[in-house]
Amino acid sequence: MKNSNKNSFNSTFYLLIVPVLIWLIFMIVIPHIELLISSFQVEDDSGDLVYSFNNYIEFFSQKIYWLTFVKTATYSIAVTFLAFVVAFPIAFYITKIASKNNAGFLILLLVIPLWVGELVTVYGWIVLLGDHGVINHFMMSIGIINEPINMLYTDFSMVIGLLYMSVLFMVIPIMSTLESLDDSLIEAACDLGASKWDIFTKIIIPYSMPGIASGSIIVFMLVIGDYLAPNLLGGKNSLWFTEQIYNNFLTTFNWNEGAAFGFLLLMLSSGIIWLALKLSGQNLDKVGS
Amino acid sequence: MIRSLPSSTFYRIAYGTYVLLFFTFLVMPLLAISILAFNDSNFISLPWHGFTLDWFFSTTDERQGFFSDEELIASIVTSISTGFFVAIMSTLVGTLAALLFEEEEFRLKGLLYFLALAPLVIPGVILGISILLTSTSAGNHIEDAFGLDVELFRPSYWLVVLGQFSFAATYVMLLVSARLKKFDRTLEEAALSLKATRLESIWYVTLPFLRPAIIGAFVIAFILSFSNINTTIFLVGSDPTLPIDLYSRIRFSSTPVLNAVSFLIVLTISSLAIINFFANRSSK
Repeated sequence: MKNSNKNSFNSTFYLLIVPVLIWLIFMIVIPHIELLISSFQVEDDSGDLVYSFNNYIEFFSQKIYWLTFVKTATYSIAVTFLAFVVAFPIAFYITKIASKNNAGFLILLLVIPLWVGELVTVYGWIVLLGDHGVINHFMMSIGIINEPINMLYTDFSMVIGLLYMSVLFMVIPIMSTLESLDDSLIEAACDLGASKWDIFTKIIIPYSMPGIASGSIIVFMLVIGDYLAPNLLGGKNSLWFTEQIYNNFLTTFNWNEGAAFGFLLLMLSSGIIWLALKLSGQNLDKVGS
Repeated sequence: MIRSLPSSTFYRIAYGTYVLLFFTFLVMPLLAISILAFNDSNFISLPWHGFTLDWFFSTTDERQGFFSDEELIASIVTSISTGFFVAIMSTLVGTLAALLFEEEEFRLKGLLYFLALAPLVIPGVILGISILLTSTSAGNHIEDAFGLDVELFRPSYWLVVLGQFSFAATYVMLLVSARLKKFDRTLEEAALSLKATRLESIWYVTLPFLRPAIIGAFVIAFILSFSNINTTIFLVGSDPTLPIDLYSRIRFSSTPVLNAVSFLIVLTISSLAIINFFANRSSK
């Protein structure tokens, strides 16, 4: 009896682990090994693949490539910080100030743009920000400006688009940590005469650090890997590193160089995320939840 | 500062204004396209030329409305069926993964769990290109060895399904794990001590408890698939999904039919969200 029970345990275990292994090995591990191998290959004159460092040498010798790389990294960090600044008061408002019913309604408003999807919202910003768009049209008709302001296809519109699609991923993790913050801590600090600024920097921010860290990591990853906002809202000068990868794969068909760029992007994003996890003392599995 | 504490009028007004501005920022793009879907004009934006339903129902060449645009309808059908298969596969594997990582102990568990979480921090572009590279070289090897041309290995419908499944399963796993953490393990132990097999205890005890989370995860996986473009764009073959079709229209030929499609998406999603909102409220 004991033996058969043990067998049933084993077979259940295999039933669970085999599909998961197939998923992880074939969809995650092998593709990334292939990515790494391809990045070290180039086509020689006769069209055969040979191993070489040329794709990486190309990256460092062409100014446009590494400048785009650096720009993408700095902009992504800046947008992540901006998302934090914009999102924090909203998360605080929903969890600590709004009434329960209003909070539910506000959360509903927050998740609709997420579910609608990035493409539709980016398109919405094109309609709003264009030279003949809604905002210019509105400002001209009430006489604030005479000429349309050039907003679309600039870094400004690109940052708006990146912020719009990512800010929610900052609000929700911060909300979930703030929900467990006991109001009486703030009341006590207030009774003891602490200023709002002190309460904010010494109680609320330290307490919500885990939420801020996971929000930042998700936002950073989404922004650095985004394609639609830089491509559709950014101008000619708003090159994003993902656009270089797309060009290599879909325009010039230099897949090996694209693989090298992809690998560099992966190293950059996981490097910065690893650093953020170390600095904030978090684990990857906390980020997920 | 918080509900229970008084604060100055200035502080309350300033804070209220900020929150109002933020939600205006959030709603504005969706509201603008929804209204402009009914604009009697051949351009996607203002000025307002009066109300029309042309962008939904017109069948003329000059104005092809949404319902007569066969390409658009075909891409929506592709997206729905893709989303359906992605949701089934990722719900199945994601749920198994949640059970595996929450309830079993084995060697290399930490490493496997790390791999299962990796799609959270791998940009979708990278997943797309690495799956494209792998399937192409697998296809080439098979063609060299057996002289077979397997469609799955070229950009195609099923490659898109596989690519989207690769990250959707992670989200399912996290959603189901979150509910599994609240599960009282003694219920399973009770089932086992009553001579249920491990499989029976999962099937009759654990899965019914997980049902709401599994249904929720199925919906999320469907939405992830339906709106994905970063991974899909590399894997798509001759039948584009809705986002791919819309993307090329936005780049090359914007007409107000885009407003009409966007309006229908916003309408569907908002209704779903509102139904979900009231369902949650009444269940509490």
